[in-house]
Amino acid sequence: MLLMLLGVSFAAAVVLGFVGDRKWAHEINVAASGATFVAAAGLAVQVYLDGPVMAGGKFFFVDAFNVYLAALTAFVAMTTAIFSRRYMKLERERRRVGHWGMRFYHAMFQLFIFAMLLVLLTNNLGILWIAMELATLSTVLLVSLYGTPTAIEAAWKYFILCGVGIAQALFGTVLLYFAAERVLGPGGEALLWTNLMQVSGQLEPTVLSIAFVFLVVGYGTKVGLAPVHHWLPDAHSEGPTPISAVLSGLLLNTALYAVVRCKVLVDHATGSRLAGNLMIAFGLLSILVAAFSLLRQKDIKRMFAYSSIEHMGIATFAFGLGTPIATFGALLHMLVHSLTKSSIFFTVGHAAQLCGTQEMKRINGLIRSSPLIGWGMVLGVMAIAGLPPFGVFVSEFLILTATMQNAPLLTPPLLIGLGVAFAALFRRVQPMVFGTAAPGSHHPLVPAHLPVILHLGLMLLLGLYLPIFLSQWFQTAVELLQ
Amino acid sequence: MTQTFPMVFELLQVVLVLALAPAFIGWIRMLRCWLRGRTSAGLLQPYRDLSKLFSKDMVLADNASWIFRFSPYLVFGVMVLMAGIIPILSTELLLTATADVIVLVALFAIARFFLALAGMDVGTAFGGMGSSREMMVASLAEPAILMAIFTVSLIGQSTSLSEIGKVLIDGEFVLRPSMAFALLAFILIFLAETGRIPVDNPVTHLELTMIHEAMILEYSGRHLALMEWAHMIKIFNFAAIGIVLFFPWGISTSADLAQIPITLVFLAVKLGLVGLGMALVELPLAKMRLFRVPEFLGAAFLFATLGMLSYFTME
Amino acid sequence: MLLQHAAQINSIMAAMVLLTGFGLLVQRRMNALLHLFAWQGLFLSLSTALVGLTAGVHHLYISAVLTLTLKVILIPYILLQLARRLHIRKEAEPLVNIPTTMLIGIGLVILSYWLTSPIRELSTLVTRSTIATALATVMLGLLMMIVRRKAMTQVIGFLAMENGLFFAATSATYGMPLVVELGVALDLLIAAFIFGIFFFQIRTTFDSLDVSSMVRLKEDRE
Repeated sequence: MLLMLLGVSFAAAVVLGFVGDRKWAHEINVAASGATFVAAAGLAVQVYLDGPVMAGGKFFFVDAFNVYLAALTAFVAMTTAIFSRRYMKLERERRRVGHWGMRFYHAMFQLFIFAMLLVLLTNNLGILWIAMELATLSTVLLVSLYGTPTAIEAAWKYFILCGVGIAQALFGTVLLYFAAERVLGPGGEALLWTNLMQVSGQLEPTVLSIAFVFLVVGYGTKVGLAPVHHWLPDAHSEGPTPISAVLSGLLLNTALYAVVRCKVLVDHATGSRLAGNLMIAFGLLSILVAAFSLLRQKDIKRMFAYSSIEHMGIATFAFGLGTPIATFGALLHMLVHSLTKSSIFFTVGHAAQLCGTQEMKRINGLIRSSPLIGWGMVLGVMAIAGLPPFGVFVSEFLILTATMQNAPLLTPPLLIGLGVAFAALFRRVQPMVFGTAAPGSHHPLVPAHLPVILHLGLMLLLGLYLPIFLSQWFQTAVELLQ
Repeated sequence: MTQTFPMVFELLQVVLVLALAPAFIGWIRMLRCWLRGRTSAGLLQPYRDLSKLFSKDMVLADNASWIFRFSPYLVFGVMVLMAGIIPILSTELLLTATADVIVLVALFAIARFFLALAGMDVGTAFGGMGSSREMMVASLAEPAILMAIFTVSLIGQSTSLSEIGKVLIDGEFVLRPSMAFALLAFILIFLAETGRIPVDNPVTHLELTMIHEAMILEYSGRHLALMEWAHMIKIFNFAAIGIVLFFPWGISTSADLAQIPITLVFLAVKLGLVGLGMALVELPLAKMRLFRVPEFLGAAFLFATLGMLSYFTME
Repeated sequence: MLLQHAAQINSIMAAMVLLTGFGLLVQRRMNALLHLFAWQGLFLSLSTALVGLTAGVHHLYISAVLTLTLKVILIPYILLQLARRLHIRKEAEPLVNIPTTMLIGIGLVILSYWLTSPIRELSTLVTRSTIATALATVMLGLLMMIVRRKAMTQVIGFLAMENGLFFAATSATYGMPLVVELGVALDLLIAAFIFGIFFFQIRTTFDSLDVSSMVRLKEDRE
């Protein structure tokens, strides 16, 4: 099941590389993503029923924490593929992407999914690093797909900053290996997360503390934590929208996953709150920086990219707090943010196509022209801003409760961040969706209904009722992360 | 008896430096000529130059003060003093107890100070220009040379040249990155301080670029001879310091006259190699723009600092 | 005896890697820069092989050969060809002048010494003394990426940083597990190709490889 999960996306990448710009490339993309999701769901059921799974000679390790992220990744990848079918066809017709661009787009999309799944499923922290780098490499040329100066600039920034960041993470991994080798002996076994967890009490605390600083800065760059977030708004705003959706919805989660895995290890080894406090600081800073940056945005995709930074900050903050409720909230937050943000990007992508611009000033009257896009965006923004009855409200509420309980002094800045972000989003979104557009300024299109409706429905569902299997998963994950 | 031998040694060393310094310069020039495929003027040409200058009349500018007349003697005297202090033949000389690197650097500074004063004394444009440039080079080179020497003193556990030399000679041979860095720094400073390419070109009198030549432009006859000779001794001294710091093997560690022949052979070979090295370094280089000199000396400082750091980090 | 000499030679190699790191930081001409980079790779590869020999860790030979082919021959060659084709000869004036850069570099060396001192005390390997150098090389690469303007130079900084990381792995732990090292090398190779593609993209869109022309993406862009 596990190998199939990884194999499908990898094989699809190769196949799509050959298929290129044929008509059915989109359908293959959707089918492959669907198959991946089925495999992920199968794996999830297996883990749910039988507990953690080890496969490939300890090479892969699946527990409640990563299987839910893997299933989420596969799901959002599938819906994004469905969305991208309509979206990219239109982009191709409008000649924003060429023949080679399309071939490249599809192959790299699948490779990216593969890399992320590998990050999530591997047991080896070295492989995790490699896969993370692969995820960067596969998306970097997608960001510059349109070939405009700004797109290239964004891709260059993305490449360089993430390259630098991930290099720090490699140094952290080296230090981790250094500490592990002294206990476990040399060889590949010493980087296996499961082995490390078994001996975590014996690992050298000082070395692990230094290692964690490098790891959190390194992977934190990919999470988009301030002050190393500068690549994120650029990359998200300049790439094709499906890529923005998966970057925001999935890649950030994946990177956060890596940070959290390392944090657990370091917590066990040092027995101190160092790792947690570091994450709290980074998280809170990201929330505030992002919230105030939101106020100044003019580009719609850029604005939502900042919103992603904010939400990743919230999740990081919550993982940093580390109490069961906070961790539960953080896990839920990763899930709902991912679903909400990708659905917002779907609607934003269509809105930009509809109006022919990403500038918010020139986007207006969305509900009139296309109710699905307009209402989709309104509901999405309501959800992402944390209004009930959507899922984000629940997770943010949990996190806030935990903060008041354990770190009451941090509540005011957190609330300020949330409040400012809320206000900024609504101030911008309202003129875009209501009102009427100048006649002739809209280019009619057929939006992809399914992904938007599906995501919004799920968000609503998660806000009203948490399925029993999900809460049980989270419970297990919370225990794992303590 | 034990007191006379160091005395003899001391005198021998000073005489040797006085006599050999022009030959050393002659050797470098000869090599440069050969490497360029020219016929050289021979090893003895500097002697001929000096004797010619000594026999010539002196012309003094009307407004030259006592500093102008006094400087050649002082500069020459300081250089000779240094020739006596640096352990060239043996580490057990009378004066080597004072061969502290800080003293040596200070002595160089005194000589340079008066040289620069003399350059400005007459009040010509070139003299002042040369002096200011010299001081700029010196201000950048001095920290670097101190750093380089301190790195070696860390290894030798002393700031006395003869102590450092002794430790290196007696100790086991160890490859040290810090030494390599310090040597590199020392070479760069050597080139800068002695006015060689790429910092200064000793063979031209090009107005816009000359440094050392500009300062002594107003000198003639006996004074000029002394200045030139002092400069030759300076180069020799610098080479000798380098030898003690980095390649001391072959320097006698006792005051034994019987060791003199073998010491001399070693010295000759090492100086010959230093000269060859200098000629080879200078040959492919062009003189750099004055504005690049800070970068050049910055690099020297960098190497010296790295040397010191790597003493702590890597050894 | 052999071990001690090996350690000495290894420190000399470490010193050379660091020195080339500084060289990269201050060199302006592209050709010389690429040659320096190749030299750094060579020293790195020699050091790796030496450690492999003395410590009896044989997979380090593979890493050494990998470094040699990838970082000494292949990547410098590709970049050299690219530089020729794109007519890049000299770096624009760096953002920070060179003496200041050097001083910052020295500061970074001290910082890495300080950061790695607990590790050095714990380690029992022959190579423990070079960990600080390795981190310093990483930091210098980082600094180079910050102060230089040409895309090509930034890439060399990136690669130098990778060299430092590789060196860190060798000196702290006698190399990462082979699977990981192979993976890292693969990633690096892909990255090099992407860089190549990028150069052409940047060149065609901006008419120069000067990154300072990339200033359009700002917060309050109209």
